[in-house]
Amino acid sequence: MSVQTEGTDTAGEPAVHKARVPAPPRGEDGGSAPPARRGAAAPYLLLLPALLATLILLGWPLVKNGMLSFQNLNPRQLIQHLTEWNGGDNYEEVLSGSDFWHVVERSVVFTAVNVVLIMLLGTLTGLLLARLGKRMRLLLLLGLVLAWAMPVIAATTVYQWLFAQRFGVVNWVLDKLGWHSMADYNWFGSQLSTFSVITLLIVWQSIPFVAINLYAATTTVPRELYEAASLDGAGAWKSFTSVTFPFLRPFLYATTFLEVIWVFKAFPQIFAINEGGPDHLTETLPIYAFVEGVGNQHFGVGAAISFLTILVLLVITSYYLRMVLKQEEDEL
Amino acid sequence: MKRSVFGRIWPNATAVILFAGFVFPVYWMFATAFKPTGDIISENPVWFPTNITAGHFAKAVDADHFWTLVLNSITVTVSAVLLSLVIALFAAFALARMRFRGRRGFIVTFMLAQMAPWEVMVIAIYMLVRDNEMLDSLVPLTVFYAIMVLPLTILTLRGYVAAVPKELEESAMVDGCTRTQAFVRVIFPLLAPGLMATSLFGFITAWNEFPLVLILNKDIEKQTLPLWLSQFQTAFGDDWGATMAASSLFALPILILFIFLQRKAVSGLTDGAVKG
Repeated sequence: MSVQTEGTDTAGEPAVHKARVPAPPRGEDGGSAPPARRGAAAPYLLLLPALLATLILLGWPLVKNGMLSFQNLNPRQLIQHLTEWNGGDNYEEVLSGSDFWHVVERSVVFTAVNVVLIMLLGTLTGLLLARLGKRMRLLLLLGLVLAWAMPVIAATTVYQWLFAQRFGVVNWVLDKLGWHSMADYNWFGSQLSTFSVITLLIVWQSIPFVAINLYAATTTVPRELYEAASLDGAGAWKSFTSVTFPFLRPFLYATTFLEVIWVFKAFPQIFAINEGGPDHLTETLPIYAFVEGVGNQHFGVGAAISFLTILVLLVITSYYLRMVLKQEEDEL
Repeated sequence: MKRSVFGRIWPNATAVILFAGFVFPVYWMFATAFKPTGDIISENPVWFPTNITAGHFAKAVDADHFWTLVLNSITVTVSAVLLSLVIALFAAFALARMRFRGRRGFIVTFMLAQMAPWEVMVIAIYMLVRDNEMLDSLVPLTVFYAIMVLPLTILTLRGYVAAVPKELEESAMVDGCTRTQAFVRVIFPLLAPGLMATSLFGFITAWNEFPLVLILNKDIEKQTLPLWLSQFQTAFGDDWGATMAASSLFALPILILFIFLQRKAVSGLTDGAVKG
């Protein structure tokens, strides 16, 4: 629900913006007195619970994951609580098989297609929101908020029903539109059609976040800039590329980054809709790790896949991460 | 700028089409849930339910352990959100109001933590929880859900704390409050909308969480609603009426909360407070 860089908009931020507007001065001396200095340890004490919780509940599983990935851990070892180190065998097994590389390729393509669609359609919807009259905007916002708020598992179940082979409304519409071969089409029978349903579901659920926040961001673009642009004879397109877009760029970067993470990690949608089927063909990395590790009870191998998944995610997002880290350092 | 008739019509037309596209799945869920089975499995879809029945809801609610699962979901979600809010409030206050060495480092840490791929860490978490003999318990779920939402809660709350004008706090301190008192009496009440808006994200995450409960809790008495819902369809075959009723029941609290809190979150935070 939120964006990571400072200065970009979040769902709740209209309120924040409002509050940031400098208040009329109360008196000559108001607001200039420095806050009383309490002990220098105070901020660290306040941060301690959050840090400890993160370290224990996030750091420990990460380390544990790393350790498990170097162990031979199958049902026998699991039940007898045996720890059998097997060096890099798990990694060798995973990396030398062709399965893993297929899944990586699939995950990257899947993420790319979804994120491009989400960003493109989300941005267009956001710009449309900015252009609409008040009443129509409220209507569209209502629709967006409903789709956004829909719990993932409920949405997944609804999409199964929409695309059901018998009595599914999508097949009925396609049939009526003259596409008679689709009347009893089994959407979950092939890789491409299953992915189409999953993509539609994810895009449908993700557009509202992009659109609503982008709309909020466009409201922060100063009006004078548009006036200046039109005085200079800029048309609608020109004023978009030279005024709106530069303003939205940081927001678009941050949102793309978030969407990449979210789509790449998407688990419930894919798992609940068809458990990675048909025939393992819609397994992305998180699903693959789960099916191998938990489903087939090769916990060590599963941990190795998990670790590799985290690496892939870091590689994909490294460009943006470096940018953010650099930004934060510069501001030190 | 004058726009042509076409230029005025197409945005509205697109908006209506988009609205329909976004709302339809939600509408279809509720519509199916209220339709008698005959209208659900009909050759031509019944777009507007005329014979309304509550039978599907009765069936969903009658399913084994339904109320136990509702109670589990509520317990876990509410505890996780409260836990993360309390921890986050301390951290957010420090990050928003105090200057100290390493402040940026902490912020970056929480940003990175927000990226954590919990979905792929379930095996490690399973091992840890099992080694501590806490499988089939709501405690690990609560704790892990709290930490899942903690980084974002901190980062968002930081914005809300920063938005409360410093002058308010300072004038309270001039009037003789300690910093703690100033926080409790002045900032905290103003933070309420921010807390609610922030908790919304936590509610959604915890209410929806699926992979962790899938692996940790095999005992149906200790499961939560997402797991139940995902298995509901398998258990009830093609009974779409009951499945949609179950989905509706699951979605309703979040839909209500979302619409309610969205508005609360945006209703002016402090405008006017300083002027007074």
